[in-house]
Amino acid sequence: MTATTNEILSFHRITKSFFGVPVLKEISFNIGSGQIIGLVGENGAGKSTLMNILGGNLQSDGGTLRFEGADFAPQSPRDARAAGIGFVHQELNLFPNLSIAENLFLTDFPKSGPFICRAEMSRKTTELLGRVGLELPPDTLVERLSSGERQLVEIAHALSFDARLIILDEPTTSLSARERERLFSLIRQLCGEGRSLIFISHALGDVLRVCDEVVVLRDGEVAGQGTAIGFDQTRLISLMVGRELKQLFPDRRFPNRPATGESKRADLEIGAPLLEVRHVTQPGTVLDISFTLHRGEVLGLSGLMGAGRTELARIIFGLDPHASGSITLAGEPLRRSPRRRVRQGLALLTESRRDDGLCLEASVADNIALVTLPQRARTPLRLLDFAGLRVAQDRIREAVRLQPSLRLEQPTRTLSGGNQQKVVLAKWLLAAPRVLILDEPTRGIDVGAKFEIYQLILELADRGTGALIISSEIEELIGLCDRILVLSRGEITGEFSRPEFDRERILRAALAGHGRREVTP
Amino acid sequence: MTVTTNHKPRTTNYDRLIRSEYLVLLLCGVLVVTLAPFTPGFLSSGNFNNVLANLLPLLIVAVGQTIVLIAGGIDLSVTSTIALTSVAGGMVMNNNNGWLAHQPLATPAAILLMLLLGAVIGGGNGLAITRLRMPAFMVTLTSMMFLSGLAIWLTQSKNIPGLPAGFTTLGGRLWIVLLIASALAGFAHLLLTRSLFGRWLQAVGFNPRAARVSGVPTDGVIVAAYVLSSVFAAAASVLYTARLETASPVLGQRILLDVIGATVIGGTSLFGGRGKVLWTLFGALFLTLLDNALNLMGLSHFIIMMVKGGVILLAALMDAARSKFVAHGS
Repeated sequence: MTATTNEILSFHRITKSFFGVPVLKEISFNIGSGQIIGLVGENGAGKSTLMNILGGNLQSDGGTLRFEGADFAPQSPRDARAAGIGFVHQELNLFPNLSIAENLFLTDFPKSGPFICRAEMSRKTTELLGRVGLELPPDTLVERLSSGERQLVEIAHALSFDARLIILDEPTTSLSARERERLFSLIRQLCGEGRSLIFISHALGDVLRVCDEVVVLRDGEVAGQGTAIGFDQTRLISLMVGRELKQLFPDRRFPNRPATGESKRADLEIGAPLLEVRHVTQPGTVLDISFTLHRGEVLGLSGLMGAGRTELARIIFGLDPHASGSITLAGEPLRRSPRRRVRQGLALLTESRRDDGLCLEASVADNIALVTLPQRARTPLRLLDFAGLRVAQDRIREAVRLQPSLRLEQPTRTLSGGNQQKVVLAKWLLAAPRVLILDEPTRGIDVGAKFEIYQLILELADRGTGALIISSEIEELIGLCDRILVLSRGEITGEFSRPEFDRERILRAALAGHGRREVTP
Repeated sequence: MTVTTNHKPRTTNYDRLIRSEYLVLLLCGVLVVTLAPFTPGFLSSGNFNNVLANLLPLLIVAVGQTIVLIAGGIDLSVTSTIALTSVAGGMVMNNNNGWLAHQPLATPAAILLMLLLGAVIGGGNGLAITRLRMPAFMVTLTSMMFLSGLAIWLTQSKNIPGLPAGFTTLGGRLWIVLLIASALAGFAHLLLTRSLFGRWLQAVGFNPRAARVSGVPTDGVIVAAYVLSSVFAAAASVLYTARLETASPVLGQRILLDVIGATVIGGTSLFGGRGKVLWTLFGALFLTLLDNALNLMGLSHFIIMMVKGGVILLAALMDAARSKFVAHGS
């Protein structure tokens, strides 16, 4: 550690794992006072985890933090605030139903005796708003402010407790050009007052413009660091993604072939069009999405968080409505409810196992059986054929390579993430789906289980299932897919077939529309 | 929450007892043994019949409630359903001014109408909950008030006497009541343990969103649960009305706590997903025995209410503790 005198914050060998999966591996870097540091990296690179440790939401497993010359280990957001660290969040943390003044002093109302002193609060608010250049009455309700104005209120909040370090998370994504200019000049002004800032953003142009130094995170490590002048966007992107593939991906036995058209049943042939999405639009979510998934194809859907990938999957599965456009499966229009679409041959492995993937309290057996139960029910009372069910469960648990020591009667919550995901796969595999949509299929799963899940996906594709894989890990898509679509802000901004796979180009397409560079005043 | 040590939970006899399905049955035994010496006539055969006569209709309503609780809901309208169907049946078949007075088919027609009315009430509750996305608590609380008011208004707050003899026999002969209650409980048991509906019900109770993604018709399952609950309440109403030999607009007004209490004491979770007919049988038995013993001891109605309320609260606390224990992992 080189301890220069004007250093405000230093990370020293910070490590953190979730469920045995390391997400931060000995992160070390320093921030000088009055400095603006840009923090960039792909989704899952560890930015949020690092900031959560700084903000007291998480505790690191190892390493030390020093803030203003003293060891610093915040146990709660309150600790971080008391130390003088302010966060301006991407999804702003304000109460829209309260006034600006109430939001600013929510945790610390000025009082006279037991009562809130409104006059004092109002005076202080006006002064703080003046410092961020926002001229509004203190009693304006926050719900009436634009997102740019709300951001300024958050910065004013940080100033209300004299934050020495302010973290801005994706501050420019929702701003107009004029608001962005105002934000940049405010940032420089704060910096001139000796405050330090961490600027986290996917808008690389903005990062390079406003920051003094840039730190690139990749896979929980510092992949590059230096003065902003020494970087350009191309170099930043290659640092963000340019890792050697350490993960192994299974080989494709039968890579996707185009339909030959010789067979009489062309629709049963590998490569025939299967799921056809045409001009699907849902305002505020996805815009004019068109693509075709073929039999036996593994199609990747890449993009940043909030690009509309999960939303698109939910629309295809019938969980959410779409305003216009059509979706057909092997030429037939999809029926309305998810239940009917399951019967038509759709399957969805959801992003969150806890929320809508599994009944965690129910047994493994019950979860595995859930989708295909109706096939096992006999009239008149629709009683279940438990013997047949058991045979199918035993067969499928072998097929998905569920850990042999697990009992099917066990509550599903007692399983590891990898095994839980295999249970989700098992319940869909029993239904022999024609189209399998997988939303982040390997999130929070160790490397070994990942490989097995990849194998299962490819085996399915070899037998003619069309797989649509949503993933934030570009490597995963490159290793697995025949073709990759890129979504940005609800639109398809890129399509790549296997020979064209290129991390940088994919990431650039994912960032399209995020980094509006120069401004016309 | 930083340190989690993974001790393997040691299964002691005590743990096994606490988790056992038969714990409540055992407690029933303990109750009988401890209270018998202080309770005159507790062990007489006459009292045994009395306990059974009180237990069986309660069991039917509580089994219906169990189905709704497994789906993650609650049905507070069962008591008013009992009252309204009682009144409706009475209006059809009474020998004074009934629509079908002295007709040979009056009794079957009235019973059929009572059950159908129950189905309609349950369907209304279920549709309000699924279509309008209103909380079950609110829907069934308001329908409880509405139906109760309707029953009283229809009869101008008067009982309807003069029910046909064929009908009142149903309630008078204990073996018939036993037969009906066993058939209904057995049917529900079969439905919950061995049918598609039972599994769907459980999945909806555990995680409705995951159930929906897995192709379960969640709305249909919920509506069916409320229909069953109301039809079971209507069936109990047939037995209560027959035993009383009078249709009453305030029939069953006091049993709501007993119904919920029986399910919760039995171990059915208020948080959805977990519940069995057998558990509810034990819960209903426990509550009926307790009520009976306290009555025989000559305690006042208010003290009995306080004791029962305390016991049910204790059971609900155990349920909450169990759910929390489960949520945090062992």
